[in-house]
Amino acid sequence: MSAFLSLRDVWVEYGDKVVLERINLDIAEGAFVSVIGPSGAGKSSLLRLVLGQDAPTRGSITLDGVPLKPECDSNRGVVFQRYSVFPHLTVLDNTVFGLECERSRFIGRLFGASRRAAIAEAEEMLQAVGLGDSLHLYPAQMSGGMQQRLAIAQALIKRPRILLLDEPFGALDPGIRNDMHKLITRLWSDYSLTVMMVTHDIGEAFALGNRVLTLDKWRHDPHAPQRYGATVVYDLPLTRKGAPAADTAPAPHEEADREESLSITIDIIDNN
Amino acid sequence: MRWVNRRIGRTNALLMGIVPILLLLVLYLILAAERNAINPADKILPLPGAMIDAMRGLVFERDQLSGRYLFWADTLASLQRLGLGIAISTASALLVGLVLGLLPPVRATFGMLVTGVAVIPPIALLPILFIAFGLGETAKVALIVVGIAPFMIRDVAGHVGELPREQIIKAQTLGASTWQLMLRVVLPQAMPRLIQAVRLSLGPAWVFLISAEAIAADIGLGYRIFLVRRYLAMDVILPYVAWIAILAAVADLLLVWCSRRMSSWAHGAER
Repeated sequence: MSAFLSLRDVWVEYGDKVVLERINLDIAEGAFVSVIGPSGAGKSSLLRLVLGQDAPTRGSITLDGVPLKPECDSNRGVVFQRYSVFPHLTVLDNTVFGLECERSRFIGRLFGASRRAAIAEAEEMLQAVGLGDSLHLYPAQMSGGMQQRLAIAQALIKRPRILLLDEPFGALDPGIRNDMHKLITRLWSDYSLTVMMVTHDIGEAFALGNRVLTLDKWRHDPHAPQRYGATVVYDLPLTRKGAPAADTAPAPHEEADREESLSITIDIIDNN
Repeated sequence: MRWVNRRIGRTNALLMGIVPILLLLVLYLILAAERNAINPADKILPLPGAMIDAMRGLVFERDQLSGRYLFWADTLASLQRLGLGIAISTASALLVGLVLGLLPPVRATFGMLVTGVAVIPPIALLPILFIAFGLGETAKVALIVVGIAPFMIRDVAGHVGELPREQIIKAQTLGASTWQLMLRVVLPQAMPRLIQAVRLSLGPAWVFLISAEAIAADIGLGYRIFLVRRYLAMDVILPYVAWIAILAAVADLLLVWCSRRMSSWAHGAER
């Protein structure tokens, strides 16, 4: 299948500090891409690019062939590690917010029947993430895991084309993290999402993703460590049980490498 | 047990809070009684009886010259000026603070100006205000606004600027426009901070009000205090000061109540 999200020769530089260099990526629709790498390797920068929070210094990013605007919009949903829910709104209002913005351009609020419809939609979504009993709590009254569930529900109600997760479970304790893994896997297949997740946890990356990208610096100048940026050094497609058929298809340029090694694919064509 | 770990219950806190106030009152009474024992006509530390006598004329009797109940007329005039000044400051803090904190182009354009205005001592501007607006109400209200609005604007703008970037991004991914972002995300979160800023500005607002009234007025709490000062009338000044303290404290309590009412989410820990 053709690439859904594609990055072509993308560079990110801040002044003379090169963060990312020569990123060439094709992400298929329905893929669950985990991004790992050492601290400072530009994982979050990559995510911000796709999110539209930052613009690439060079190169192009296209979604379904259309160049992405370097501004956040409702094509791309996001869940950050923290602060992604609104503290002044209840669980229900947090979830309805996305619908209200879309359906009430001027005052950002719905009333009467349209509000009831939005609430019903939000309740269904909250049910799906397991918050059906906490509709009227404020985020401050909930645990970290519940807040992340809410952040996910909030993002999913807009049916984003890509869901971006920036270390979403990093601040949670192991038990809760496990539950969240199950939840996100279920949502991924139920809603046929395309997910890009940045994580520090290699186990999590492999357990959840059907494709794992490792970012690191390919070259290193000890006298000017900022002159070379990180790029994709490993691009591992994973096949796993129960995954939707569509997302096991690797990007075209990986096909050749895949035959060379079974588990680890080193992308030599793009000199990544 | 270390003092940092002591927990004080509600009732105890109230009782303990009253103790120093009572002590001060008792101290005053002792000193006043001593002076009165030596000189029954002492004006510097009047006894409560003398204060009540002096205030009775102002509170319950019409002034022969103007036909007004002076105490109430003073209070009304001062509260009007103060309320107007604070209302204008609050509204401008909300409007300007929000756009200044949220929109980088606006911050780049007006940030320096607001900071510049904020560092000018307002009292230094008082002559300009009197010259520009005359000696009437406008100049007094303007002094309060010039005195507290820049601080409040900067406070609100700073708070808005410190909202987690994640929230602003998240709202945009949920489809919010700048307007919706401001209305639904930033404004409600700025409200508790705004009320906090009003509370902190009440003190300076009173200072500017009293200053303005002391210099040019024909009615007002500050005017009265500075008028009777000429006769060493401590029996009027002290009750007036106490009355100002009560008014300020009530305003503060009202604001706290408002904040809890409007933004209960921000007071989670205190519920």
